[in-house]
Amino acid sequence: MNLTIVVLAALDGISYAALVFLVSVGLSLIFGVMRIVNVAHGSLYAYGAYAAATIGIAVAPISPWLTYPGLLLAAIGVGTILGGLLERFLLRLVYGRDEALQLLITFAVFMILDNLQRVIWGVQPIFAAAPLQLLPNISVLGVGYTSYQTLLLPGVAALTLIGLRYFLRHTLGGAVILAVTEDREAATAIGINPNRVFLRTFILGAILAALGGALASPTTSLLPGIGTEMIVLSFAVAATAGLGQIEGAAIAALMIGLARAFAIYTYPEFEVLVPYAIMVLVLLIRPQGLFGATRLRRI
Amino acid sequence: MWRRHRVLIGATLVGLAAIGVLPMASPSIVTLLALILAKGVVVLGIIVLLQAGQVSFGHAMFFAAGAYAVAFYGRYVGVGDMLLYLVFGAVAGGVLGLIVGLFVVRYREIFFGMLNLAFSMVLWSLLEKMFHYTNGADGIRVARPALVGLTFTPDQFSYVLLYLSFAIAVAALFAVQRYLESPLGSMLRAIKSNETRLEYLGISARRVLLVGYVTSAVLAGLGGSLVAVIQQIATPEFAYWTKSGEFVFIAILGGTGHALGAFAGAAVFEFVRFYASAQLADAWQMILGFVLIAIILLAPAGLIGIVRRRSAGERSAA
Amino acid sequence: MRTGRRTFTGLLAAAAAVAIGGAPASAQDKPAELKIAITTFLSGPASVFGVPGKNAAEMIAEDINKKGGILGVPVKLSFIDEGAGGEALVSNYRRVVQDEKVDVTFASISSGSCNQLVPLAEDLKVMNLMWDCGASSILEAKKYRYNFRTQANATQEMMAVLIYLLKKKPDFKTIAVVNQDYAWGRESWEIFSTALKQLKPDVQVVGEFFPKFGAPDYSTEVSRLLALRPEVVLTTSWGGDLDTFVRQAGQRGLLRQSTFVLGIGETSLQRLGRDVPEGLIVGARGDHWFLHPEMKNKPEFKAFNEAFKARTGAWPIYPVYHMAQAFAALQAAYDKAGKAAGGKWPSREQVVDAMEGLTFQAWGRPVRLREDNQGIEAQLVGTTKRGEGYDFMVLDDMMIFDSTKLINPPNQKTGDWLKTLTPELIKLEVPVFKHGG
Repeated sequence: MNLTIVVLAALDGISYAALVFLVSVGLSLIFGVMRIVNVAHGSLYAYGAYAAATIGIAVAPISPWLTYPGLLLAAIGVGTILGGLLERFLLRLVYGRDEALQLLITFAVFMILDNLQRVIWGVQPIFAAAPLQLLPNISVLGVGYTSYQTLLLPGVAALTLIGLRYFLRHTLGGAVILAVTEDREAATAIGINPNRVFLRTFILGAILAALGGALASPTTSLLPGIGTEMIVLSFAVAATAGLGQIEGAAIAALMIGLARAFAIYTYPEFEVLVPYAIMVLVLLIRPQGLFGATRLRRI
Repeated sequence: MWRRHRVLIGATLVGLAAIGVLPMASPSIVTLLALILAKGVVVLGIIVLLQAGQVSFGHAMFFAAGAYAVAFYGRYVGVGDMLLYLVFGAVAGGVLGLIVGLFVVRYREIFFGMLNLAFSMVLWSLLEKMFHYTNGADGIRVARPALVGLTFTPDQFSYVLLYLSFAIAVAALFAVQRYLESPLGSMLRAIKSNETRLEYLGISARRVLLVGYVTSAVLAGLGGSLVAVIQQIATPEFAYWTKSGEFVFIAILGGTGHALGAFAGAAVFEFVRFYASAQLADAWQMILGFVLIAIILLAPAGLIGIVRRRSAGERSAA
Repeated sequence: MRTGRRTFTGLLAAAAAVAIGGAPASAQDKPAELKIAITTFLSGPASVFGVPGKNAAEMIAEDINKKGGILGVPVKLSFIDEGAGGEALVSNYRRVVQDEKVDVTFASISSGSCNQLVPLAEDLKVMNLMWDCGASSILEAKKYRYNFRTQANATQEMMAVLIYLLKKKPDFKTIAVVNQDYAWGRESWEIFSTALKQLKPDVQVVGEFFPKFGAPDYSTEVSRLLALRPEVVLTTSWGGDLDTFVRQAGQRGLLRQSTFVLGIGETSLQRLGRDVPEGLIVGARGDHWFLHPEMKNKPEFKAFNEAFKARTGAWPIYPVYHMAQAFAALQAAYDKAGKAAGGKWPSREQVVDAMEGLTFQAWGRPVRLREDNQGIEAQLVGTTKRGEGYDFMVLDDMMIFDSTKLINPPNQKTGDWLKTLTPELIKLEVPVFKHGG
């Protein structure tokens, strides 16, 4: 393995990790606050991607630069509307119920959204690469990269991480979320309305998933099934990090993204196995994930 | 015996009538019924684990282990006997269940679910990528085996499979219900309600859960080997997370309070999927999703719960 | 428990009686309709083939019925979705054959589906035309009575692409492959690479990538290829996978750095538009091209293409022509069987008999069925070029291969036959056609 391979694989791994991070940090945030594993998270990713492509194809003839606000609009729109509806009218009905039921209800949502997606957008591949084509290519060691993938995606991921940290640690809204996460009963006792916090958190998480999808849309063909794969992958990242760990998710995404890229450069057959092998190894040694705090056993 | 197993024997008779009568209406239903019974056997295992409050989102790995045990035997040894296949499937599920179980029974709730998912996805990626051994995503064909040395025409064989699945399903149903009513079953439920108290009694919760886990893995392996022969194929999809989700789905749909729920759920699930995909083209997934939401919100005890509530109501009214 | 066992054996006996009961009928009265069940992808990534295939089937059936049907009997179609998964596919296939009693089935697109349905059709004694699946191994395993492949298999298709490449670019030294990880991707590379080793032993394979079927991202593979600098990159991927790979490769200059060979790229050309450069080598799984040089001046061919374009908004792609071939084979078999039955409606078994050694023609050169039920179909390979009046790349420098020499004899396995090839084969005489020429 020479230096070229290390540099190239690192660039590929980072750009892949950026997308996976955005999706998994949303999943992780929702679990941290609401203790619900949202199986429909991957569907939000897929809807974000499809919405961004639809907007992109509509506005590109006016000016291709409009596709950028289009990406953002798709993420916020899908996250707010779908996320809001899901939390308000479905999840709220099952809080406090059996964990299996909470998980299963999001699985049912996944099935419905997956089917609905084929009804809305059909099954033919959709491609909307305008945002990616606008930015120039850059050359690293004689190999051409798109700056969209090597600079913009990691940039957005880094900004998201910093923004989330700031929001949770330094703003009142964030403090309220943290309070509910730490101790729901105490938070309610001091007058925090947990339902409102849940709604906001879920929407925020949903927007992050949809943003991941929107940002991925210019780089790939949109097809039925894109969300199904993303669910397990983001789940693997979130679990490896420790559910609820924001910074941890970033590091776990990097680990998995880099490992996958190096696998393609050295033993391409292991590409699919790598994320799950890492997840098993980490969970066997630290079930709470790399960065999760040990939980006390309930008595 | 008659009294204690009134419900189970009644259900067996209803099932017997169903597999006797339904195929006359439509011959193609034979295979569908066999599939329902085989999947019901797998879901029985999920119900066992749910007694302890543990959801395995990776149980498809044992299902796939059973199916691939049969497929590998056919590919590397030659066509075997159906009974041998079933033993192989159950053993493959059980052995893998023991290995994975030794790790996962230490964990509870979400950690338990995640670790199961992780293991199953590792198995899935191995089946998918080890092309030269597993034939990759296309899976391995399973040739029609003989049953205790007897060979059948394809048509006869589909009936043989139906009756065999029925016999296995009935045996599994009685065994699981008996297990759940035994002290071991009560201890399993104690893991859900109060695990610490269980341990104060000097009982190892891990061991109790391990017994339940291996039992459920054996059932999944058995069901997997049946499905592989019914479908005549084993593919990596058998181990994918959506398959695991499907099994949990069927368990919740049928109801986890009684072993019969597994078969009630499997029947509704497969019938909706089969007829909706035949009649409504591309909507079966959505229909099943709405059915599941309705069940969770309106009848969390599942189909079995609805039946029980109704009969309890009738009894108190009488 | 004793009663239980008696009932069980009773049912078993009843079942056996049912199974033995149905005897095949011989020449008979004309039925009200000829029922055809077609398995095709209506959902999932392969619906890029399946939906055009379905549209073609409907269009062709309407046309046949307008002309009075087959031997005077109108055809009636039903469709089964291959994308709903193996379980649903098999149960629905059984339903149409056993309950609806269809006369013939066309199954399937994916070799995985064919692997499941071919033995089943044989079991159910229903004639099945493998209308699109290509894996060579299916018909090599066993001699079937009821299953026929009405087009080429992977061997003919890959051999044609390979010889085209060797004729066009005789001096390349390095090659890499990026194929989908499933039977077609693996098998097509197996055939291509084994034959390449025989025909041009000095070529070095510098990279073999089999990304997961439906993989959303090839960035890492593209980087790797940019660094490896192979002279030729082969891919037999299709659908969204091929679109994504080719576009990601194009955005980063890989399409200009290496000569790309798109083994079955014909179906993607219209979708890719002008995003791809000139000079890509494109195969078509048969002599399928809506501007087929030997056919394009025939008014019926033009009319068919234009009707399809008017109906679906796109020019026909190879699955459309494969579907037409299945119908052509069916028509020819019924004509032949009807003649043999003295003008009466032939029985199902008589139609199966008539398939033997059948020759039929749709919108390419005639196809011949060999004694192993494998179709021998000409192969068209070309190079992309900007075409006047089209907003996508068209094919130029087209070669049409007679496949007789590009396939193993029926008594030899593909793998053994490939090892007997010599560089002589590259000198094969093949006519070349220019776009518009």
